[in-house]
Amino acid sequence: MASLIRSWIPLLILQSFLVAIAFGSKEAEEFSEALLLKPLPDRKVLAHFHFENRAPPSNSHGRHHHLFPKAISQLVQKFRVKEMELSFTQGRWNHEHWGGFDPLSSMNAKPVGVELWAVFDVPQSQVDTSWKNLTHALSGLFCASINFLESSTSYAAPTWGFGTNSDKLRYGSLPREAVCTENLTPWLKLLPCRDKDGISALMNRPSVYRGFYHSQRLHLSTVESGQEGLGSGIVLEQTLTVVLQPETTSVETNMQPSWSLSSLFGRKVVGSCVLAKSSNVYLQLEGRLGHESKNVDTEIEAHKLWKNADFDLSLKPDRVLRESSSLLFIFDIDKSSDSEPFDLGLTWKLPSKWSCQQAPLQATRFLMGSGNERGAIAILLKATESQEKLPGRVVTDGRCTIKANIFQIFPWYVKVYYHTLQIFVDQQQKTDCEVLKKINVSPSTDKVSSGMLEMMLELPCEVKSAAISIEYDKGFLHIDEYPPDANQGFDIPSALISFPSHHASLDFQEELSKSPLLSSFKEKSLVRSYTEVLLVPLTTPDFSMPYNVITITCTIFALYFGSLLNVLRRRIGEEERFLKSQAGKKTFGLKQLLSRLTAKIRGRPIEPPSSDSPAAQSSFLSSKLIFKIILVAGAAAAWQYFSTDN
Amino acid sequence: MASEKRDKEEEEVKTDDGSPKIKPRPIVQLGIFLVAHSPVFSVVFSAAGVLALLILPLLAKNTYISENALMPGSARSMLSNRDVSDGSKLVKDIKNYWLNHEGQVQKLIGKYMSDMGAEVYYQKFHPEGNQFHPLHFFSGPDSYTLLDNVSCASYGVNVAGIIRAPRGDGKESIVLVTPYDFINGGDYEALSLGITSTLFSLLARVTWLSKDIIWLVTDSRYGDYRPVAAWLTEYHSPSFKVSDLLKCGELNTADTFRRAGTVAAALVLKVDGRSERFEDTLSIYAEASNGQMPNLDLINVVNYLAVHRQGFYVKVEKVVSLLSSSWLKIIGEIFEAVGKLARTLNPDWNFGIPAADYLEGSATLASSLYSQALGIPTGPHGAFRDYQVDAITLKISPRFPPDSKTRQHDFFLRGARLLEGTIRSVNNLLEKFHQSFFLYLLTSPSKFISVGVYMIAFALLVAPLPMVAASLYIEGCKALTKSTDNPTENLKSWKWLDAAKQVFALHLLGFIVTLLPYFICQVPGQHSPRNRSIMWGTTSSSLLLITFAIIPGCSPFSSRHHGTNWAVLKSVTISAAFIGLCLMSIINFATAEIGALLLVPTCLMAQPIKPALRSRRIKSLLGAFCSMVLLTIGFPVMFFAISKGLFGEAVVGLSLGGEFWTWLESLWAWKSATYLYIGMVHLPCWLLCLCILFHPS
Repeated sequence: MASLIRSWIPLLILQSFLVAIAFGSKEAEEFSEALLLKPLPDRKVLAHFHFENRAPPSNSHGRHHHLFPKAISQLVQKFRVKEMELSFTQGRWNHEHWGGFDPLSSMNAKPVGVELWAVFDVPQSQVDTSWKNLTHALSGLFCASINFLESSTSYAAPTWGFGTNSDKLRYGSLPREAVCTENLTPWLKLLPCRDKDGISALMNRPSVYRGFYHSQRLHLSTVESGQEGLGSGIVLEQTLTVVLQPETTSVETNMQPSWSLSSLFGRKVVGSCVLAKSSNVYLQLEGRLGHESKNVDTEIEAHKLWKNADFDLSLKPDRVLRESSSLLFIFDIDKSSDSEPFDLGLTWKLPSKWSCQQAPLQATRFLMGSGNERGAIAILLKATESQEKLPGRVVTDGRCTIKANIFQIFPWYVKVYYHTLQIFVDQQQKTDCEVLKKINVSPSTDKVSSGMLEMMLELPCEVKSAAISIEYDKGFLHIDEYPPDANQGFDIPSALISFPSHHASLDFQEELSKSPLLSSFKEKSLVRSYTEVLLVPLTTPDFSMPYNVITITCTIFALYFGSLLNVLRRRIGEEERFLKSQAGKKTFGLKQLLSRLTAKIRGRPIEPPSSDSPAAQSSFLSSKLIFKIILVAGAAAAWQYFSTDN
Repeated sequence: MASEKRDKEEEEVKTDDGSPKIKPRPIVQLGIFLVAHSPVFSVVFSAAGVLALLILPLLAKNTYISENALMPGSARSMLSNRDVSDGSKLVKDIKNYWLNHEGQVQKLIGKYMSDMGAEVYYQKFHPEGNQFHPLHFFSGPDSYTLLDNVSCASYGVNVAGIIRAPRGDGKESIVLVTPYDFINGGDYEALSLGITSTLFSLLARVTWLSKDIIWLVTDSRYGDYRPVAAWLTEYHSPSFKVSDLLKCGELNTADTFRRAGTVAAALVLKVDGRSERFEDTLSIYAEASNGQMPNLDLINVVNYLAVHRQGFYVKVEKVVSLLSSSWLKIIGEIFEAVGKLARTLNPDWNFGIPAADYLEGSATLASSLYSQALGIPTGPHGAFRDYQVDAITLKISPRFPPDSKTRQHDFFLRGARLLEGTIRSVNNLLEKFHQSFFLYLLTSPSKFISVGVYMIAFALLVAPLPMVAASLYIEGCKALTKSTDNPTENLKSWKWLDAAKQVFALHLLGFIVTLLPYFICQVPGQHSPRNRSIMWGTTSSSLLLITFAIIPGCSPFSSRHHGTNWAVLKSVTISAAFIGLCLMSIINFATAEIGALLLVPTCLMAQPIKPALRSRRIKSLLGAFCSMVLLTIGFPVMFFAISKGLFGEAVVGLSLGGEFWTWLESLWAWKSATYLYIGMVHLPCWLLCLCILFHPS
């Protein structure tokens, strides 16, 4: 039964595809899939799934999609999204071992949790509304609490520090968002073949989530057609980057572990997704292999490339491409089938060592100080070994400089004092004008908006280390503003360090290739790296004792109002006089008792001994009493009003 | 004070009016009653306070794991023989190093760490001592940027390795500290490295980590505390300015100081000495500066795992001399008998514990109280408390000699399993420790007294003070109005002003005396502690004489007419002592408790001896004798000598001054609030009591 359905599904899809072609738009929607595998120097393997879905420009009315996910196109149309990126990440990218200066890392090394940024194509006044609606829509679409980015305290509008210059850009991140299968499943639903067929069939959940790093990204951009009456096209790019540890039995520590697709993922590829225009698997080997002979003409030499003394590939690559420092083997998986699944394997024979190219400066961020009152945030930039070799130095006025942009968001309860910004270059304190090229500060407003800091540093090329520190005060939150598990502390989202004069690209000089993955590598991408998320412990009330709080509050209220009423109402002199008169009357106790008794028998109230004066006094008393009660009530109401107002 | 005044006013109303019909309110009535019978009540309350303190071991509750997320011991240990062999190999290599003297031990340990997959770095620090600065007394730990001229002659090197949690977000970390002397490390110390390395080898492989693990091997040549403090300073408040220290030495420490987020908890592991018992012994040290304790849950987890999983004999410090004291034993037996009697009356009343347990409990309680009162951390864990990190020191004493290979394997396995379980529990925590108690006293590793219980003893002790102050004030006022024959009403409320002047002058003197050691330390030239204490003593006493000379009302030797009424003076003194004790109880409860034990009887008993001698009645003579004895004990130096004697070290003569100076120096060096208490509350009150004793009335 299952096999019957399985054989039917592609047929049905094919049919719909054919129908689409028959109805014939000039440019069809395109889908392509690719998988890039890359052994990493620290005995791990990186797997990068790349899916691209293109919807060409067409009439926006009565639009029907064949391959492109309708949910996304509706999203784009409704909120007029020009460009958007959403990423879900678990684990930390190891810049030291996994690289920081290639398109792969600069695009896919994302901060922990959820990160979302979007550029809108709406008037400036409507940007915030669009953003809020978008976060809710995405939240429903991806089963994540992205809607928390709706609050104005959690997002910011970077101007130039983020890399994309636009005043309609909004950026927000949720560092504490846990990423799991519930986020992956809706993401996979956007693919035409889901995870049933093609490369995405490799995504076995346990093996994907067992990895050291896991980042699922969705990037969409609209392409203007330029023609009147024709809507804009959309390019949807979905990537999943995982870093896996191949299981190894060898005890030798300097030997790279051998692996195959089935050992990494527990699954094999059986055929490509039928709807995909291209589906390729790439294997990138970095390092010492680069400087071998350039021309790969003869069959023997080509063979040597994938079966040599160092390593062995289990399959023959369809093509081999070269870049300055790396080799790229391309495999076409169309040929694989149920009987002959595609199971690429790499067997190392000799220990090999290489290193990845790193970003010019390596950034770490940490908190300074102790106590619940104040602290400081420090960013430490340290020159990496590969810094000198990198291109992208700018020589101005005879000085060689490296530019670095720092973009940082501070939640409002971290009250940053921007005047305390200190910059140290090579352990020498520098004045702002020496190294600070540009700075943009938008201070936070309590409970309304978060603070933002954008800085452009211009550091000398021979810099060894640079440190930036800024002091802050810890704020107090209202009792109902604390999130669950408030005692864990509060997160400060990652800062983004980008190098505007450095661009990473991998050019394999392959004109024929129309592979979207390779063309995306070819584009120059900004070198950027995210710092750690910080955890600030704030003072928290003792939530576990609401009873105590209620009791003490009630006691204080009772004491306060009791004594206030007492002071307002009680008159000692009057009481004394009363007591004295009582004492005077005491001799007539028997008489009084008798009169009470007779009154009770008669059923009439006791006649007061002197009729007019006490009555007048009592009415006077009561009016005064009423006035006082009103005064107290008014005070209480005013207090209530002011206390709830905050 | 306010209540006293009101009490008095109410009384005035009552007496002046002459009308017995006006009934004051019950609370006022109660106040008047208490004040009127203050001698009886003060005796009752003080006795009850002391009794409540003695009864505390009976009231101790069993500890329990308050935070459910900790789940100690619920996971199966993953330690394998491979990990243990890693640890054993490191110990063997270190031993070989001592035989061959090749390379540096730090490098060796660092190599082991990096082989396991950790990020390793070396930190150089300067072993400068703690320096007293009066203005920085309560300020937090500051970075040592003040240090300008650093010499390369002596510096320590810490080795630290960080294991990054594979899927963690790097926001939090757990620190493991093993002090090790890199120059002449002992065999036992190496065992602690073995245990930690066994554990580290496991942690580098596991996937359940959510917090990063930092293993810090500190250079214990410069003490246990200082290297840890230096590392923490560098971790939390580094100086970005140029440091000369980096250039020193052949160890390449140019590599970055790495961090791993907010520290969630820290464990210090030490192995030393052979256990006297049949089992391996684990001692837990928890007291940090100024009586701050780590969260009780941390101790509970370690205790639970050590007792129920790994079979260690767990103990906390106790005052050994108390174990053999006969009076405590008698008290214990009385309590036991009372408990038995109570149980025969009602089987539900089972508060009685055996006398032996009582002895153990009170010896531990005394040590716990003493360590907290002293305000000096009992180990390197104290450095973490300054950064709000919960930390304890575990000292393991194996039952075998360090060179026994066969036992070593088992010992490593059990030690590492204990640490693994603890780390796993802390790792499970989503929030930082907050669920359990922070204010408690231990009577055994598994029994504690919470703040709500031990507060009672202190409250009972200080309760007589305001009562006696009020009654004395009334008495003094009466006497004064009688003697001066000037019953002007409006002057009445200012009677205390003269006495307050005197009290204030002596407190000011106490403040100056507290600051004096700082200036004495500034005196050029090398002085022995004894000489310094003599300098201090002479300066202080001359200052005292000057005070007496300048302020006429102050001196106990001034003529009778100038002097204030001793009852009013005593009343103000008692009020000042009450305020001081209450303030101290907020800062460091144990100090206030011990201080109250000394100060309350002294203040209550103080009375002029002249009239007592004149009257020659046995009761008043006895009272004078008692107050003299109490005053003698109450003198700080005297009390220091007596407590030294209690702990078994008799000190006599002039060397006592030196000892006392050293002790005080250690107090201020550790920024202990006890030092301030002695100087600014205890000493002035003691002097005032002395004034009352020699009052010319």
